[in-house]
Amino acid sequence: MRTRALAQRIIRQFLRDKRTLALIFIAPLLILTLLNFVFNGQPIIPKIGTVGVPEQLTQRLTNVDANVTSYSSTDEANQALKDGNLDAVISIEIGKPSIVLEGSDPTLNKATLLTLQKAMQAANAQAVQPAVSYLHGTEDMSSFDSFGPVLIGFFSFFFVFMIAGVSFLRERTTGTMERLLATPIRRSEVVGGYLLGFGVFTLLQAALITWFSISVLGMYMVGAFWLVLLINLLLTLTALTLGTLLSSFATTEFQIIQFIPIVIVPQVFFSGLFNLDAMTPWLQKLSYIMPLYYGADAMRGIMIRGESIGSIQLDIYVLLGFSITFALLNIIALKKQRSI
Amino acid sequence: MSASHPFVPPSSSASVVDLREVTRKFGDRTVLDQITLEVRRGEIFGLLGPSGSGKTTLIKLITGIDQADGGIVHMLGEKMPKLAMLQRFGYMAQSDALYNELTARENLQFFASLYSLAGARRNERIQAVMGVVDLLDHLNKPVSAYSGGMKRRLSLAISLLHEPEVLILDEPTVGIDPVLRQSIWKELLTLRDQGTTIILTTHVMDEADKCDRIGLIRDGHLTAVDSPDALKTKTGTTTIEDAFIVLGGGIQA
Repeated sequence: MRTRALAQRIIRQFLRDKRTLALIFIAPLLILTLLNFVFNGQPIIPKIGTVGVPEQLTQRLTNVDANVTSYSSTDEANQALKDGNLDAVISIEIGKPSIVLEGSDPTLNKATLLTLQKAMQAANAQAVQPAVSYLHGTEDMSSFDSFGPVLIGFFSFFFVFMIAGVSFLRERTTGTMERLLATPIRRSEVVGGYLLGFGVFTLLQAALITWFSISVLGMYMVGAFWLVLLINLLLTLTALTLGTLLSSFATTEFQIIQFIPIVIVPQVFFSGLFNLDAMTPWLQKLSYIMPLYYGADAMRGIMIRGESIGSIQLDIYVLLGFSITFALLNIIALKKQRSI
Repeated sequence: MSASHPFVPPSSSASVVDLREVTRKFGDRTVLDQITLEVRRGEIFGLLGPSGSGKTTLIKLITGIDQADGGIVHMLGEKMPKLAMLQRFGYMAQSDALYNELTARENLQFFASLYSLAGARRNERIQAVMGVVDLLDHLNKPVSAYSGGMKRRLSLAISLLHEPEVLILDEPTVGIDPVLRQSIWKELLTLRDQGTTIILTTHVMDEADKCDRIGLIRDGHLTAVDSPDALKTKTGTTTIEDAFIVLGGGIQA
């Protein structure tokens, strides 16, 4: 009954606080939409300058969607490259083709080289072309589709962490925690009430973010919707328990903000947004202690590879384990406020 | 409430709170030093002392929110701290611990639920306590729209919700205007006459005069415990303020 009363109070407070509601429900959608625009925009059309290139090759370059301009001398072309009007210059000198890339943007370099490669390949069409097919994903899967599942998990985690941490802290700084603990409520009931009250909002948030990403933004998704929801909920529960636990070690809202570079940012690096294979092996192991790593792994598995509950159960157990551990630690940490 | 607790050990029937050589330290700073004190059933006991003297710490030890480093605390015959005892006293903290986003009624409903009050009984008690502090007309206002004095009264109302046999009030009349202070004191006296034991802290000297007995506390030491008149007689002074200075000075020297 006390747990329910506490949960009910949290929900009431929340509903009166329109800004926080907006932060938890609107802000993640806004950011995901912006990211969608950034990574899902028009395909890059490289601007290529040619010097002394045979007519056929120019034709083929145009066929593979390059913006081709022909120059009469190498100097003229290089000047255009320097002025930023071109992404690459291709010239034939003594029968050998040579390519100069502008080079300051790796993404553009790759796109340009890919286009040039395609045009060259088409030149010797007699060679055997392998038939390419995809086990997971499709040919036109964008990078947004690939790290979208990670982002869904991350934003759920981040906003819940912040809000839960600050709310729990404010209860202490305004003296209501002391007053609360002068009633016969158990410490476990305090933690349980917070889980239940915030749990309602995190469930709604998880559902909203997932639905929005898949149905509105059209994120690539082949798995079961309820599984995505389950993982997202577990991830936000971890954020909730971790946020409230860490708030015991902060004395002001500003100190909660200070946890972001320590607790949140490293998790982003290990969450799978960046490929970890290039990292020193012992450093890679750090990802095992990061909740977001498991959440992101499961989200990707479900959304891109259509994995079933069987193949992501380890992730589920670990996330549950994190939540339970943080909640228990929080019950102990509350001893600082009341000895029994 | 008292009906549900029929067993009271006979040895402590007269004492509601019993402190024996209680010491509390924060780091190497001794905030309370060897306090021995007994509060009797049905009296208004005032803890009088300047801010920083250890009054609030003592209150927290009595309620079991905090734990002593040495000595023993008993309340109603039970060794503190004990979770079940939190049901048996009403507490009003020094700061107004209220949820500003919620209305007064919602605050009361929340705390009533924590004391296991529900249904018709809960509504009945809410009406009763808000009548006591004269806030019935403001029941549905958000607390953020309350004045400082109104918040103080609402805090008092919350502490009365579950009809506790002991009432522990930390600076109950701070920020309350004289007229209202009078009415709150009238209410405290009525509660006492009905058998409620009241322990309060104050640094207002003329309030100390209204208590049945007062304990003077200074730098973590309990310098004197007696009725206001007895203290004045003992020190040969006419006001509590003068008595406090004589007794406090004595210990300093």
